Amino acid sequence: MELPIIIVIGVVVLLVVLAIGIYNALVQKRLRIDEALAQIEVQLKRRHDLIPNLVNAVKGYMGFEQKVLTDVTNARASAVAAGAQGPAQQAAAENMLTSSLRSLFAVVENYPELKANQNVLELQEQLTTTENQIAFSRQHYNATVLDYNTTIATFPNVLLAGPLGFTKREFFDAEPEAANVPNVDLSLS
Amino acid sequence: MASTFHDQIAANRRNSFLMAALVVVLFAALGFAIGFAITGGPAGGVAATAFALVVGSLAGVGTYFSGDSLVLAVSGAKEVDEASAPQLMNVVREMAIAANVPMPKVYLIDDTAPNAFATGRDPKHASVAVTTGLLEKLDREELQGVIGHELSHVRNYDIRFSLVVGVMVGAIAILADFFLRFTFWGGGSRGRDRDSGGGGAQMIVFVIAIALAILAPLISRFIQLAVNRQREYLADATAIELTRNPYGLERALAKISGDAEVLEVANRGTQHMYFTNPIKRFEQRSSGLMSTHPAIIDRINRLRELTGDPPLASEEAAAMAGLE
Repeated sequence: MELPIIIVIGVVVLLVVLAIGIYNALVQKRLRIDEALAQIEVQLKRRHDLIPNLVNAVKGYMGFEQKVLTDVTNARASAVAAGAQGPAQQAAAENMLTSSLRSLFAVVENYPELKANQNVLELQEQLTTTENQIAFSRQHYNATVLDYNTTIATFPNVLLAGPLGFTKREFFDAEPEAANVPNVDLSLS
Repeated sequence: MASTFHDQIAANRRNSFLMAALVVVLFAALGFAIGFAITGGPAGGVAATAFALVVGSLAGVGTYFSGDSLVLAVSGAKEVDEASAPQLMNVVREMAIAANVPMPKVYLIDDTAPNAFATGRDPKHASVAVTTGLLEKLDREELQGVIGHELSHVRNYDIRFSLVVGVMVGAIAILADFFLRFTFWGGGSRGRDRDSGGGGAQMIVFVIAIALAILAPLISRFIQLAVNRQREYLADATAIELTRNPYGLERALAKISGDAEVLEVANRGTQHMYFTNPIKRFEQRSSGLMSTHPAIIDRINRLRELTGDPPLASEEAAAMAGLE
């Protein structure tokens, strides 16, 4: 009479402890994603802030290559706007910006006086490092999302993830067509 | 690919723990044999072991917490910031993000020989030092490869191993040296004491102690070097995983191997920490039991294996470096 009750209580306690453990692990993984995304946001913001400076610095030299500059400015504007539309759209807009910046730097290569301009060189270095940091943060973010998505989709977590509101997260990834943007070689040596 | 990297890192940690344990055992055995031989009884051996272990752990703990500052000071490294070395700081920050470690402190060594090292006790207390020659001779991509290599040492906890085991190996050498000199100068009178007291056992222990005193420094050094060479390969592979660009590191290795300059601030105590062996000249930078690093050409060819490129001969690598 007594023993079955004790067993039932024991099993219930065990399940509750297990559920708490799973919940905490999921919360922690979700926080890591937010952290990784915040890291990317900081660098994207920095890149958006640097671009007007670069455009101003080269504007005087590039009388006839206005198209390159307006492309960069437009790409920047849509990247800033895409900031509120979730990782996938944001990634696509940022990829556009990256490729327009590459064409800008390719044009800079044709202007010896620009290549020697200390201000332009500094901006170029700043943008290069920001871009690399974005790329590496993105790898980190995607790895974190993959880990989280795998966790919520596997047993026994999958039983709790849905009811507790843990949904799949988006990768910060290039759209398929954005990946086909022609690669302008930009050697910054 | 990812899992093999993690396996490699796990195996790396296991190996280094075993190696460190072996070095400690050697140290204790040496202390015991010396104590036994000098005092003539196991009690003396135990006392000497305890003494050696206490002194050894004190040195180990001391190094654990301040060895990095010592190494940096000995190498004449000066800390830099965003204002004084913007590109270097940028590259280090990029690689720190890629390796997912906190931003380390960055130091510059005023020397024209291109080289770099990382030190510290864990990723939160890490420092990376590069020479001015490295900054002058390498382009951005190559620098990224070298910094990726150094931050791999940070992430894989190689920096801790190299600090602590470095001290243990040094302590063994000092202990053995001390004993050998002691027996050489004072051994005569000891021998007479022992003859009058009798006891063949002590004589045997004495011989064992001398043998250990000769062998222990060598063995511990071999262990240290073998682990070090292995870790250089692993750090190269990890650097590529981080940068996603094998060619920067490959070119950096080729350029540095073609550079005959010797790094003046490096010495026998710190040479194993550097990106490439800072002391030996190019022809001598070959693999062998007593070298701190694998031959650069072997490192280049391991990278080429990862990318599916055919291996190079040393002259070809030198030519690649000459192309700039």
